Amino acid sequence: MNQIPALIRVFSYLSLLTVGGGMAAFPEMKILTVDVHQWLDFKQLIHLYSVGQMAPGPNMMMIVSIGQWAGGTLGALAVLIAFFGPTAILAFLVAKGWRKLEKWPWRTSIQQGLAPVSIGLLLAGCFSMAKGAITGVETAGIAVAVLLILLQYKINPALLVVAGAVIGLFTFMPK
Amino acid sequence: MSDAGAKPALQTTAGATTAPAEVSIFQIFLEFLIIGATSFGGVVPYLRGSLVTKRHWVDDKEFVEMLSISQSLPGLNATNMAVLVGEKLGGAMGAFAGVIGMCLPGAVLMFVVGIFYRIHGDHVWITAALKGVAAAAVGLILSTVVSLSKKSLSAKFDFVFIALTVVAVNRFHISVPKTLIAVGILAILFHHPRKEQKTVATP
Repeated sequence: MNQIPALIRVFSYLSLLTVGGGMAAFPEMKILTVDVHQWLDFKQLIHLYSVGQMAPGPNMMMIVSIGQWAGGTLGALAVLIAFFGPTAILAFLVAKGWRKLEKWPWRTSIQQGLAPVSIGLLLAGCFSMAKGAITGVETAGIAVAVLLILLQYKINPALLVVAGAVIGLFTFMPK
Repeated sequence: MSDAGAKPALQTTAGATTAPAEVSIFQIFLEFLIIGATSFGGVVPYLRGSLVTKRHWVDDKEFVEMLSISQSLPGLNATNMAVLVGEKLGGAMGAFAGVIGMCLPGAVLMFVVGIFYRIHGDHVWITAALKGVAAAAVGLILSTVVSLSKKSLSAKFDFVFIALTVVAVNRFHISVPKTLIAVGILAILFHHPRKEQKTVATP
């Protein structure tokens, strides 16, 4: 069955929700890719998202994996264009207009107003992911440790995600 | 420190024209390709190191300005910055080259990783490792939430908007766009322009 049109529809929609960060779109992404279209299950979505944090570049590249699963190479390409195209065009149009609006008083209001909402969306995405990722004391411990280390020290987050893999290997390996 | 008084007068001439003579589309592509391939653990420091410190394509003030625009718009910081900087240096083609360069390495990598995970994702040791990776990712997102809150919130009351957003999405399962528009409008109205802020010093 040809999934390409559905992939394009879903990911261009999700793209517009990524205000403040990719995680803002996570709750909708879970509903659409897992519950509605069943391209993957919730655990796989969490795994792909997490692995994607170790990859360089934009931190939502795991969408390419979903596209590849659902529609092969063409699916991957379609998802890539659908997810990054609309927001890139929007940013391009705004790039010119926004500078002219420097004197417009509401410009600051929009930036100040969107800040808490985008942080809230990020947090909501985080919670909906935590529902699947934090399954016990061990996983909660890893999450809290990473949080505290990042707040305290200037360390590359990707290294901590790799460390999470090593700890996971030793902790969750069936004996 | 005797000539310190001369400095403010100079600042008025600091315009947006900081771009060096000519930057080719290929150069833009190449620079973003390098950033896209090396920016492990978040792109912003790599963007600054490359675009501001190494290439001098944008100055620090402009960089911060572009970053705040990127954050207010939908889309990821990485690609929005590629568009904004690319557009400044090379117009539409520059923006296009920037985004392609930025996305290419990660996309190829995740394409391969996705195939590998599909085949081997059920192995016990991969499942075990990924459980740790996912937990670490949750901690990473939480730290982003904390540092963004410290940096970009301008009023104590903003925490109410954060809570409202979280409760709407997680508790009442209101869709993200509806929440974004409803709470967004409330928050923007709350931060409406005030008369006092308009006191721009005119010489």
